Amino acid sequence: MNSTITNHADAAIQFNLDEPRVDWHDKTLWFIREKRDLASHAIPEWEQLREYASQIKNNVLSNLSQYLQEFEKNAIANGVIVHWAADAAEHNQIVHSILKKHQIDRMVKSKSMLTEECGLNEYLEHNGIEVIDTDLGERIVQLAKEPPSHIVLPCIHWKKEEIGELFHKHLGTDKGASDPKYLTAAAREHLRETFLTRRAALTGVNFAVAETGEFVVSTNEGNADMGAHLADIHIACMGIEKIIPQQQHLGVFLRLLARSATGQPITTYSSHFKKPQPHQEVHIVLVDNGRSVHLGKEDFRNSLKCIRCAACMNTCPVYRRSGGHSYHNAVAGPIGSILTPNFDMRANKDLPFASTLCGSCSNVCPVKIDIHDQLYKWRQVLMKEGLGPTTKNASMKMMGWVLSKPSLYNISGKAARLVLKYSPFVVSNKLNPWYKQREMPAPPKESFKEWYKKNRG
Amino acid sequence: MRVALFIPCYVDQFYPNVAIATLELLEKHGCTVTYPLKQTCCGQPMANSGYEHEAEGCSMLFAENFAGYDYIVCPSGSCTLHIKHHLHTEKNAPEEAHIRKTVYELCEFMVDVLKVDTINASFPHKVGMHQSCHGQRGLHLSQMSELNAEPYSKPGSLLAMVKDVELIQLDRIDECCGFGGTFCVAEEAVSGKMGKDRVADHVRHEAEYITGADMSCLMHMEGILKRQNSNTKVIHIAEILNGIDN
Amino acid sequence: MSREQILREVSKNQPAERALPVIDIPVTTTHAEWVEALKKRLDILHVDVREVTDYSAIKAILQQQAVPQERSVTTIVALGDVSTYIETVKEDAHSLEDVDWAIIPAHFGVAENGAMWVTESLIQYRVLPFITQQLAIVVNRKDIVYNMHQAYERIAETNYDFGVFIAGPSKTADIEQSLVLGAHGPKGMTLFLLG
Repeated sequence: MNSTITNHADAAIQFNLDEPRVDWHDKTLWFIREKRDLASHAIPEWEQLREYASQIKNNVLSNLSQYLQEFEKNAIANGVIVHWAADAAEHNQIVHSILKKHQIDRMVKSKSMLTEECGLNEYLEHNGIEVIDTDLGERIVQLAKEPPSHIVLPCIHWKKEEIGELFHKHLGTDKGASDPKYLTAAAREHLRETFLTRRAALTGVNFAVAETGEFVVSTNEGNADMGAHLADIHIACMGIEKIIPQQQHLGVFLRLLARSATGQPITTYSSHFKKPQPHQEVHIVLVDNGRSVHLGKEDFRNSLKCIRCAACMNTCPVYRRSGGHSYHNAVAGPIGSILTPNFDMRANKDLPFASTLCGSCSNVCPVKIDIHDQLYKWRQVLMKEGLGPTTKNASMKMMGWVLSKPSLYNISGKAARLVLKYSPFVVSNKLNPWYKQREMPAPPKESFKEWYKKNRG
Repeated sequence: MRVALFIPCYVDQFYPNVAIATLELLEKHGCTVTYPLKQTCCGQPMANSGYEHEAEGCSMLFAENFAGYDYIVCPSGSCTLHIKHHLHTEKNAPEEAHIRKTVYELCEFMVDVLKVDTINASFPHKVGMHQSCHGQRGLHLSQMSELNAEPYSKPGSLLAMVKDVELIQLDRIDECCGFGGTFCVAEEAVSGKMGKDRVADHVRHEAEYITGADMSCLMHMEGILKRQNSNTKVIHIAEILNGIDN
Repeated sequence: MSREQILREVSKNQPAERALPVIDIPVTTTHAEWVEALKKRLDILHVDVREVTDYSAIKAILQQQAVPQERSVTTIVALGDVSTYIETVKEDAHSLEDVDWAIIPAHFGVAENGAMWVTESLIQYRVLPFITQQLAIVVNRKDIVYNMHQAYERIAETNYDFGVFIAGPSKTADIEQSLVLGAHGPKGMTLFLLG
């Protein structure tokens, strides 16, 4: 990742310098979208399930404070230690203090987008604690010192030859070897040793059930379980929006999650953690980090319904052709573009514009978040806040003025279609990006209006 | 039936033939059509760029121009959707609500209101159908591939009434072409790539023409086809339905 | 305290009450069809399905497959003479690191996704079904439900400290979407469909 680029359009230009690679990235992700279609179309009640999931999540948001307290009470009764973190810094400190108390300086971690959001790895490493990511894809990007580019498929942007090279350097695999089976086996050996020697494991949380105090973690690899069951300390970190009311709701969400994410009917493992093992400590860290404020924004709150399936990324024609890193955040793609401005409007003001508003994201979303409508609304908020470039502000003002005056519009049009000067996509100028890959339409001899006056007037 | 013709600004300026075809087509099917001469633009380019607040003048003008008709018909799903969802001025006059309710994209108007069952036209060519997103996912002109629901297509059912049209199959039946209004210049790299990929799908399946209900997408794809010196052309669906000499 | 601050802010900002839906997904197919659907699903999941009438048939298959040097453990007492029976937790879980085969029971299986519901009381060591190289699960034919809604109806009547749905061997597709079995957990899985 070129971390110096924090503007989506600029990063996308870089990404598109290697067109065959863009084609490869696009096809790989489209393949997952197709698998998702097959899986969802095989369930006659699919749209009904999405509606249920959406309603359950709406209910969660409307009762979140009650559900959080109910969950806390039941988790404590189960013997779990519950922590509350107002922000990323507090979250990181809590995790650190648990490890420090038990004099642990090495930890395994399964996938948790929340810890990516909080920058936990960097924080712990800074404090002398080694963290090894155990999801294969996350381990790959960790070895490459990169953030994940996709929340479900962290190294979807890496080719197997490059992973072979990386493993040769770090794990001593044969030079030039790139067979996924061989590379996975090497990672298995390397990480098995790690699992057996670490006393602490951190996992994410897919769902936390208020009614029972249990939490569910879904993986295909079994890495969350290998880590958690072999460790003396299991720390589970979750955003406060991950709560669901009742156990029976897991039936709805587990049917939707993997089908939306990868086209599998369920992940290989859906582990329900209720009580700690004897002699084991289980900690849950409930993290706010801006979510409670986000909850108060009527137009934007329902992005908190997200269950992190990444279906919106796989279907997004822009994501597929710009790559996850172009969104310069832990959560990329359409959902990232509506979540991240809640954290920092200024730093992420480019993201709501990284979309054609095609709406495919909203259609695949298993909890029916109105993603593309929120992208549109964020654009309004950002520009009203004055975060647009000065030239754009001026040209839009001019355009609005010209287009509200029919006489001006007509004159401009007559004068070699000058209205187009204000129209964003057709400034007749060699520097105009339109011309990079496209021609302009040939100008007709008269406008329709002129024709109409002549022929029907 | 008094119908007002709503012609998008870029169609007025660049594709008058599409507007003429729309007008003639509506007249052939029994509509009394008026083209309000003071119309300019619906304001969508500004609104989609985040400047809804600068489009107030456009909206007021639109409400003035299009008040008092039974229906408003437009050969663009995108502009229709904008009016349907975003025509709200400070005045909030009752005409605005009427406009939002009676504005139709051309194909949906022909299918849902006129209930057209025959079209006297022939187009002996291989044609690829481009599903423009705002028409499809916004106005539901056709079923969306993401949903588990019965397939249908309003533009498709109209094309099926045209003699000798051969509709080609696409690998991706409703992927966005990457036009996206200001997106096409603000995110030029991705926009161009999306357009190239969409065009390639049609060309790969030997389309002689790419058609659709939105000229903006077609303009974008036409620009790419021309740059590639391709033989494949674009044509608005109104021109096929109206019957043109080729 | 952050707890109070978070709860205060959440209470202040949460929207007006939205009702929970009543989940009603009727199942119209028969049990025999669920079993067929399960077998199909497990085939896709690379699970070796063996339909057996009783434990002696399972024993015969296990004996046939057994490799002398391999360590096999089971939490099913009826299989105690072909595999080492684990009655309860006696050692540190790390001692299971060299287990080649684990044969465990499941409470029930779910046809729509091939998942088997297993809880701690059935496996003694939570890590057992993950740390073993090969996993075999025994489930009664009558204990097949169709979907996850039925699954949670059954689970609601039970209690557990840890429970897991297992749908096949451990796997990953993180390298160029190529499916590889045996990411961290079992490299292969057998399902004994009993009865």
